[in-house]
Amino acid sequence: MDDSKAIFLKDATVNAADGDQRAFIRKALGGYYTNRDLQKARYRDWERARDAASMAKWSAVNDLANVLEKFVGNFERNGGVVHWARDAAEARAIILKIAEDNQAKAIVKSKCMTSEEIHLNDALEKAGFGVVESDLGEFIQQLRGEAPYHFVFPCMHVKREAISELFTKHLGTAPTDSPEELTMIARRHLRQLYVDADIGITGANFLIAETGQISITENEGNARLTAALPRIHIALSGIEKVVNHLDDLSVLLPMLATAGAGQPMTCYNTLYSGPRKKGECDGPEQFHLVLLDNARTRILADPEQRDALHCIRCGACLNVCPIFKNIGGLAYGTTYQGPIGSVITPHLRGLKQWNHLSGASSLCGACTDACPVRIDLHHHLLHNRRNATKESPTLFDQVFHHGFNFVIKRPWLFATGGRIFRATLPLLQKLPIPYMGAWMKTRDLPKAPAQSFRDQWKNQNV
Amino acid sequence: MRVSLFVPCFVDQLTPQVGLATAKVLKRLGHEVEFRSAQTCCGQPSFNSGQWDVAREAAIRALEVFRGAEVVVGPSGSCVAMMRNFYPELLKGTSHAAEADDLAARTFEFSEFLVKKLGVTDVGAKFAKKVTYHDGCHALRELRLKEEPRQLLRAVKGLELIESEEGETCCGFGGLFSAKFPMISTAMVQVKGGALARTGADYVVSSDPSCLLQIGGWLSREGKPILPLHIAEVLAHDA
Ligand code: SF4
Repeated sequence: MDDSKAIFLKDATVNAADGDQRAFIRKALGGYYTNRDLQKARYRDWERARDAASMAKWSAVNDLANVLEKFVGNFERNGGVVHWARDAAEARAIILKIAEDNQAKAIVKSKCMTSEEIHLNDALEKAGFGVVESDLGEFIQQLRGEAPYHFVFPCMHVKREAISELFTKHLGTAPTDSPEELTMIARRHLRQLYVDADIGITGANFLIAETGQISITENEGNARLTAALPRIHIALSGIEKVVNHLDDLSVLLPMLATAGAGQPMTCYNTLYSGPRKKGECDGPEQFHLVLLDNARTRILADPEQRDALHCIRCGACLNVCPIFKNIGGLAYGTTYQGPIGSVITPHLRGLKQWNHLSGASSLCGACTDACPVRIDLHHHLLHNRRNATKESPTLFDQVFHHGFNFVIKRPWLFATGGRIFRATLPLLQKLPIPYMGAWMKTRDLPKAPAQSFRDQWKNQNV
Repeated sequence: MRVSLFVPCFVDQLTPQVGLATAKVLKRLGHEVEFRSAQTCCGQPSFNSGQWDVAREAAIRALEVFRGAEVVVGPSGSCVAMMRNFYPELLKGTSHAAEADDLAARTFEFSEFLVKKLGVTDVGAKFAKKVTYHDGCHALRELRLKEEPRQLLRAVKGLELIESEEGETCCGFGGLFSAKFPMISTAMVQVKGGALARTGADYVVSSDPSCLLQIGGWLSREGKPILPLHIAEVLAHDA
């Protein structure tokens, strides 16, 4: 068994059995469901809005080369510098080079899942740069030395007392259970860091082709400080974040907020239009954008799963996913957790090693219904399973399904097999048969009837 | 109408009363009911496991079995979703594509057939019990059925319908998923089964016998005083 799968099975087993933690996550999401429904009700027609949002992304993704080119032209006209990165290593090298060329020392970063994807912090720290996360949740996770639990709510699993203890340990502050005070502690600590930092690294929610602007959505205002105070701003973005028109944001921004966090709008939505211009009194001197492929073109080449590139990383699919809620975000072992993570991780990191995430789903489809841009999430899990079977079938599955097929092809054999199965069921239940034993561990089977439906039907209808 | 029954393989072997109840209700409404004994399994276990070549064989066999049937009615949202939504996907671009589309249009889930095709909500059933309803995910999200089974239940004399928390949450069955990832599946049924039990209902009713296997199996193991019952069994009660 591949390592990633073995680790997943182990962690999922531990977490799924942790009733307290599961209840905590459900409680943390409780307010979200109510607020989301409240906000959805304010749309004249949520389903039509989903069509529009999906179309905005579809039209950019399906013409990606041209739309990107247009964006880059406009971004450069605004005074920004574009860097293309084929993969994570290239993206890291580009960012390190900018830091070295500018003799940077301190780096402050706002929330950016793409940077998690390329393991940027590690690389920066190894090269001797200090880097601090300025988003409160990411800051807490950084102090904990842990990956984000949820790509929108990185520390949703951490209890307040634990945060207080963490701050006491790392920042020497007095214990408190007031969320406001905890926020203030982090804020006081971070304020000076913005001033001292040479480089601010951000992500990007949308790249607007017609204006060459970058749109960043956040609730804390930290991304604005990260982008505006240091003398160099580096934004890191996947190539699929581009949209055609500024107007597309009129549907994408509110839907991102509502679907993901149950908000009418996120607190800060900022458009960045290049570095400080002549005569302006603030803003960075340099504005770099690293455009990352990292297997996105591979998803683009697959017409069946291309819509996975519509993702606006709102997190709605995680919030409604019963798998996520029961095993937690860390068990996935991926940058992107939940349904979208299970869909795209095999593309990013290899199907053979990551197909188990597609298997670990009851295919309930709650994610697909929640997705504001209509990504066919749960069907893509089926597609991954099919592709994995083609690519590297497991012996057990081959034998099982071909054997099963041999039986169901022959109604007489199915009937006979069924009869034997029913007759021996009491015994079978006691034997350690793979899969069946796992089922029986927590659930009973109904008492096997003496006669099958087909037998009873024959007797009734002769 | 002449209705051809589609009885899921595990209903045939483990819960035959569901198939019999389905036939009983349809007959009571004046329809002729047939069972084509060449049918076995719709192929969903293989389809969901990524074994699409195997599932395709099962799909083609089902096309042959139900060739010429006026309508096919199955007491399972899940198996009907397989035939309605996934056979066409499996057979897309093959010589069977047209027939798959045709079968999809003739195949109905039981409650859907009664309410949407026949326009019947009151089937003349009596069942003086408190019940709560579990939406199977395939019925809810693949077939978009939510009100249909409730309309049928509300028309049952004496029946009190109670909605549960976690109403649209999956029970965690998911076919082989429940055995391949038993720890996750169990956590899911704890959430769902717990919510169903808290309603204080006598029965949890569903149009999906596979969910009932999971929910009922867990309720029984935990000794909860609420029993699984298929909607056809409720509607078959007339005394
Ligand atoms: S897949 Fe859809 S629901 Fe999930 S994060 Fe992306 S946009 Fe949101």
